Amino acid sequence: MRDLFAVVMMSGIFGLLSASFFVAMDAVDVAFTEASVGAGIATLLMLTAVTLTGRSEDSERHKPMWALVVVFITGGLLIYGTLDMPYFGSSQAPVHLHVAPRYINDSMQETGLPNIVTSVLASYRGFDTLGEVVVIFTAGMGVLALLRVESRPGIDQTMADTIFYLMHERHLILRIVTKLLLPFILLFALYVQFHGDFGPGGGFQAGVIFAAAIILYAMVFGLPTARRVVNQTFFRLLAAVGVLLYGGVGVVSMLNGGNFLDYNVLADDPVAGQHLGILLIELGVGCTVASVMVIIFFNFSGRREFP
Amino acid sequence: MILGLYNYWIVVVLMMIGLYIVIAHGNLIKKLVGLTIFQTAVFIFYISMAKIDGATAPVLAEGISQYSNPLPHVLILTAIVVGIATVALGLALAVRIKEAYGSVEEESIQNKDNQEC
Repeated sequence: MRDLFAVVMMSGIFGLLSASFFVAMDAVDVAFTEASVGAGIATLLMLTAVTLTGRSEDSERHKPMWALVVVFITGGLLIYGTLDMPYFGSSQAPVHLHVAPRYINDSMQETGLPNIVTSVLASYRGFDTLGEVVVIFTAGMGVLALLRVESRPGIDQTMADTIFYLMHERHLILRIVTKLLLPFILLFALYVQFHGDFGPGGGFQAGVIFAAAIILYAMVFGLPTARRVVNQTFFRLLAAVGVLLYGGVGVVSMLNGGNFLDYNVLADDPVAGQHLGILLIELGVGCTVASVMVIIFFNFSGRREFP
Repeated sequence: MILGLYNYWIVVVLMMIGLYIVIAHGNLIKKLVGLTIFQTAVFIFYISMAKIDGATAPVLAEGISQYSNPLPHVLILTAIVVGIATVALGLALAVRIKEAYGSVEEESIQNKDNQEC
């Protein structure tokens, strides 16, 4: 396929399909994330990048035979490797016999949360998640360093007025439906954020949904209008505050005499401490993810206006 | 029954499609799409490993005794969001390359570099 627009659309469909596959595999939290990331934000970012780099691929390209050979050899070896693996769906596979039973049996007493994925993510493997959040933060800063655009107030003002005028003239249904939907999307993001302890959800998903709402607004009402509503400096700060909040919870638990990110010491009762710790670090994750996604989108599409 | 491994074979096929795109296509955006396919194949691999026949999603509830393994879910959940952040970084690099070289095709970038030497 030479048309990159079609390629990006296909990859969005692929993301949605894999999300439905994850539901079938009982991984509801993962499906949630993949649906909002793979089918939503990833497609959007790729589209913006395609508008910046050109829509069609060069057709003058010989297909190297050796690439096919390498791929077939690697694939063959990997399939040979799977022959030793336990069968799909078997409950006696080694992966299910170690660590996982402890999470399933003890997490209710230790953290008091029904969603095992959240308690493992935020409590048992809290250190790991801190690392992931720092990676996301760093990636956001990298995009900022590569693509940063300073908004120019004069141009912004006239463009905002033009787009505002255009929006009120045309796209009536789109405008009204977006305005109707926005509060519900934001509310849903907050629900996902704070209900993540009990059902599928959590900071990662909520952050992406929150960012999606802002991106929707920016797409329908134009970037300059969105820039006036959404303060860029605030989001840059928020990205850092999220990581700091996460790390700060760790430091506070150290000051209270526990290990780093050991929430048992945050309150008198260990379970209440776990609740508090998990709530706070999920909030930190949500802040960082949402603001990094917003920063990435705004800098990508800002690049198109002022190259 | 050897067919019990079919899930892993599908993963291998997807992974190899991704790898082939990364090697054979010169367009940097297409390479990144290939990389996402490769990435998703790894996600599917982990999630397939976590599945237990007859088990449910790992949210504790009354009257359910068997849950799928939550640990791979956690690993992949974070990996997806980290994946999009790193892909965004890659796209940003591609945009800058476009601005500097006027193209995102591997060959014309190479030609330009050779001319300058």
